[in-house]
Amino acid sequence: MKLDVKRIHTGNAKWSLLFTVLLLGLPLIFSTNNYLLSTLIMVGFYTIVSTGLTLLMGYAGQISLGQAAFYGIGAYTSAYLTAHAGVSSWLAMAAGAAIAAMVALIVGIPAFRLREHYLALATLGFGIIVFTFFKEWKGITGGLNGFFGIPPIQLFGFPLQTDFQFYYLVWIFALIGVLFARNIVRSRVGRALLSIHGSEIAANSLGVNITKYKLQIFMISAVYASVAGSLYAHYVTFINPDLFGIVPSIYFLIMVVIGGTGNVWGGLIGAAVYVCLGELLKEMVPMFIPNAGGEFEIVFFGLLLVIILIYMPNGLSHSLSKVLKRVSSTSRHRKEPILVAENENAGSVGGEH
Amino acid sequence: MKKSVLLEIEQLSKSFGGVHAVQNVSFCVRDQEIVAIIGPNGAGKTTLFNIVTGILPPTSGSVLFKGMPVTGKKPYQLAALGITRTFQNLQVFTNMTVIENVMVGMHTRLKTGIFSAGFRLPQVFKEEKQALKQAMACLEQVGIAHLAFEKADILPYGTQRLVEIARAAASQPSLILLDEPMAGLNPQESKKLVDVLLAMRNNGMTFLFVEHDMETVMAIADRVIVLDYGKKIAEGCPEEITQHPDVIKAYLGEEEGASC
Repeated sequence: MKLDVKRIHTGNAKWSLLFTVLLLGLPLIFSTNNYLLSTLIMVGFYTIVSTGLTLLMGYAGQISLGQAAFYGIGAYTSAYLTAHAGVSSWLAMAAGAAIAAMVALIVGIPAFRLREHYLALATLGFGIIVFTFFKEWKGITGGLNGFFGIPPIQLFGFPLQTDFQFYYLVWIFALIGVLFARNIVRSRVGRALLSIHGSEIAANSLGVNITKYKLQIFMISAVYASVAGSLYAHYVTFINPDLFGIVPSIYFLIMVVIGGTGNVWGGLIGAAVYVCLGELLKEMVPMFIPNAGGEFEIVFFGLLLVIILIYMPNGLSHSLSKVLKRVSSTSRHRKEPILVAENENAGSVGGEH
Repeated sequence: MKKSVLLEIEQLSKSFGGVHAVQNVSFCVRDQEIVAIIGPNGAGKTTLFNIVTGILPPTSGSVLFKGMPVTGKKPYQLAALGITRTFQNLQVFTNMTVIENVMVGMHTRLKTGIFSAGFRLPQVFKEEKQALKQAMACLEQVGIAHLAFEKADILPYGTQRLVEIARAAASQPSLILLDEPMAGLNPQESKKLVDVLLAMRNNGMTFLFVEHDMETVMAIADRVIVLDYGKKIAEGCPEEITQHPDVIKAYLGEEEGASC
């Protein structure tokens, strides 16, 4: 049996690469379809946030119901620093990320003494507090009226303004985010996170400093959210506190659950499903219920969350990777007999008892 | 020739309110020894175990490891110093494969931090390769290398216990504490585990374990410590212990009480 690091990890580099090429090639074909591009740009923002959240939830097994707060911290930091202080958009983005990480650390130290439902409530409370700050700190955020006139992001002196340009900007960030997450997962750190999810007491007695890793990954997820928020602010040029309240936090959670918590691509899949279904709902629902407001969306996604948790607790990415594995294994079935022999061997050991 | 003392427990006590779970217990574990702690239910074995592994702080007394005081250190700090453990109710990471379980055990021997991991620096790849090789060796030691890439949760109970032992050994600790290693195993599994433990001891490992199964205690323990009502009532080699009047009394009750 060949001992190869690749055998531990179930991911398939070929499919990931194919998907990446497809994603980056898409705007070249649909360069004039602004609706498609702007939808996919939204998917990009949410992908960044939910990839970070997947690390926290799917790998470390910790919950955060306040992720939109970090998204907002990034957005408002970028907005304020670029519009009022004249700071470069990249520096502002870095500042947002640094503030988000600091806030995550300060909130995380007491919050991660809690577990499960209590942790969920603590992070929910944190989200509400930050939302209130956005609403009331009018001198900086503009309060409920919103923050207007955020300048476009500059790349080597050129402003990125068209959807076509922004698509690449967002998706390069998103793909780097996925890659970074994948690298973390496939290392000592990733195993430490998984072990915390599996059994805290066992992880602790094997030398994993649980508090440290929970805080680190919470901070990383905050940075993901903050960077996405910064990009978002430059894209829409107008932000208000409602974009960063409790409901968006819950949507981020739903994306992670839909996408699947055990796969670094889960965040992307969840974000794509969320945005596409949302667009579809906006088209479909008025046809059946003419007076329906925005509330139907949360009802629908609430139901979807329950259904996914019952029938697909591992999320779509899990089912999808199974299908892909089946597709690739039929194309190289010559390798199969070896695998079968190994499995039989394993079965007989199990059968002794 | 006496071997050097690895673990020294001095006058250890633990009270929960008015319950004195452990009272002034002292003993030591020497290098390459297998020491068993036995006693009737409620004798304080588990409490003692939890103090030594850093889960509970003692009320008084101290624990010395290689001559260093380690009382009150957290479990992950003890692991870095060379004490790991297994659990009575299995704590295998069911969300990982067998080999990944063992690689978590190597945590203290590896260095990759969150940034070097995220950017996949070249040394990370090298470390992963090395870790995989060493983890495989740990699995071979307990005889389940062929199951390395199976998910841990599909394995039978006895095999999962072997995974836990391989995982505990992966950090190359000086001392492994086993909490009722034979609990829930059938006779074949117990026998296999006894062989594995004895082989590991011959390779230089030291064990301290809590166990109810007397057959196993007699088979592998070099020394036995008997607890009853939180106090140490006897210590000695297995043969001495079975003859010890206090031990017989603790297990079977006194003459007058024996009739019921």
